[in-house]
Amino acid sequence: MSAREDGQARRDARNTWLLSAPALFILTFAAAGPLLIMLVYSFLTPGDYGNVVWKFSTDAWVGTVLSKDIFDGTYSLADAHLTIFWRSVKLSLITTFFTFIVGFPTAWIIATRSPRMRTALLFLITIPFWTNLLIRTFAINQIIRNEGLLNTFLLYLGVIDEPLLIIYSDFAVFLGMTYVYLPLMVLPLFAAIDRFDMRLIEAAYDLYASRWQVLRRVILPIVRPGIVAGSILVFIPALGAYVTPRILGGGRNMMIGNFIELQFGQGRNWPLGAALSVLLLVIVAVALVFYVRITSRESSNG
Amino acid sequence: MAQDDAIEARSSRKVYGTGPEAVVALDDVSIAIRKGEFFTLLGPSGCGKTTLLRMIAGFETPTAGQILLNGRDITDAPPNLRPVNTVFQSYALFPHLSVRRNVGFGLQMLGRPASEIDQKVERALAMVRLGEMADRKPTQLSGGQQQRVALARALAPSPEVLLLDEPLSALDLKLRKEMQSELKRLQHELGITFIFVTHDQEEALTMSDRIGVMSAGRLLQVGSPREIYNHPVNRFVADFIGETNFLPAEVSGGVATIAGGIAIPVDAGSPEGAHTIAIRPEHVRILPQDAGAAMRGTIAETTYFGTDSHVRLRLDGGADLVARYQSDTAGGEAPPTGAEVGVSFTPGAVQVLED
Repeated sequence: MSAREDGQARRDARNTWLLSAPALFILTFAAAGPLLIMLVYSFLTPGDYGNVVWKFSTDAWVGTVLSKDIFDGTYSLADAHLTIFWRSVKLSLITTFFTFIVGFPTAWIIATRSPRMRTALLFLITIPFWTNLLIRTFAINQIIRNEGLLNTFLLYLGVIDEPLLIIYSDFAVFLGMTYVYLPLMVLPLFAAIDRFDMRLIEAAYDLYASRWQVLRRVILPIVRPGIVAGSILVFIPALGAYVTPRILGGGRNMMIGNFIELQFGQGRNWPLGAALSVLLLVIVAVALVFYVRITSRESSNG
Repeated sequence: MAQDDAIEARSSRKVYGTGPEAVVALDDVSIAIRKGEFFTLLGPSGCGKTTLLRMIAGFETPTAGQILLNGRDITDAPPNLRPVNTVFQSYALFPHLSVRRNVGFGLQMLGRPASEIDQKVERALAMVRLGEMADRKPTQLSGGQQQRVALARALAPSPEVLLLDEPLSALDLKLRKEMQSELKRLQHELGITFIFVTHDQEEALTMSDRIGVMSAGRLLQVGSPREIYNHPVNRFVADFIGETNFLPAEVSGGVATIAGGIAIPVDAGSPEGAHTIAIRPEHVRILPQDAGAAMRGTIAETTYFGTDSHVRLRLDGGADLVARYQSDTAGGEAPPTGAEVGVSFTPGAVQVLED
């Protein structure tokens, strides 16, 4: 390598660092920093009126899954916490599954339209992003509440005699999250299906595959990266959802997000809130590693 | 229908769209393809040859007419219920499956036992000489190798008819020649009916037992390569297959009279009246001026092609002709531009065309 090429390479390397510096700065201080603070706080003692006392304690971490009896000091499983964790995981999984069931045909239809039609449909998919999440969730609330649009309409038609009790239930939370996160499933699926070579369908069909086999043996395995991306994009925010369960689930149907908020607010237990947050992060990370490993194994033994 | 027809199309018609925008892709095509023959559908793009092939495969439903396989009506059967496999122009290999799984796909879908699949896949891969590539993914193969995988995949389930949709068009010339003889060899060995679609007339002539020439949704002529080349039914076929000189002529009593009153003997049974006559360049002989030839002409241009030269010349009567001049014949070099020469046609080589 000549001296000039060497200098050029060094300049390129320096420019690369310079260009990525702002991003690195933001990532370090805005993402890693708060995480570190949370981790530290989770090992401290709660103050009387919120905040923390700088005294080491593992109480918060024990408290995530166990509860201490105030009278005899014995530990038992914290049923309330576990119920909330379980509800969060369950609702997030169901939401991910249903956004896929609804999103796959939607993405397929968009990807197989003419270019003009496709642009228009994709535009429609992005419209919900224009409106604030809070307002959209309140809109859903207006539709499904006891005196809401849906019930009024059904009562008027005479289909039902009493309003359907949808609002403030797990089902309402699921409904709201499916609506909110659907675009996050549709867009990566669309990107994957758009790259899919439709001629492969004819090839499989020609080689004696039934319609179901074409879907299962050819289409789904090939668009799998889109399914993985969409599932991750829906599952992670669903697991940490705050606004939707707050507005549609009422006080009783809390998810982890609400529970964490509670610790920093009325609960006045910042270390527990911090420990729960870190735990949520760990659950997501473990679930991700697990999921990616499974899906990549399935595609490599094909 | 005859007992030995593998595929028969009966007045098959395909119209896309409706009303004034309707496009007729296939216009009442009837054809019978014999068992075990290498049949080529030849024609320019948009002539309907691929539509006919896709109809036989089951990807298109005819607007009217029937498709029969071994005498059985399969017009409405979906592709997965037809013992017919296709080699696609784009190969359409499954990118997520290894070569082995690609080739075994058809048998797997038919629900054959694993041992049978393994054995047949092995045999199919050996047939196309790709045994050692079995565990690779299609993207790790060259174009020619992918082509062979596509072929092995279509042959592995032992179809009754193999359809090939311009399978060689993406290959370079040398590889194409190689695959042509390979396809021919496989067809001989397996005895399966091959229906081959191409727009390459040379490919059609060298490989086929019979050729069906198509244009604008119609089947113009069916015959052996020799028949089609030597006795084209009309101007389109004569023009599409090989090079041809067309001369307007007045035909009467076995003699065609062209511009300048030159009389050329033709088949006694030729149609009478004003017609076009066709003569292949290789049947136009250029002779020395003093050789006593029936016609005389002037060389307008000579193009050198290696084994031969194409000579454009003008007959004294005013008609333009192209002749092929073999480089190694006694004369050596083709005569120079402007040279006065004698011209004669190989006896029996002049065709009178119907239209």
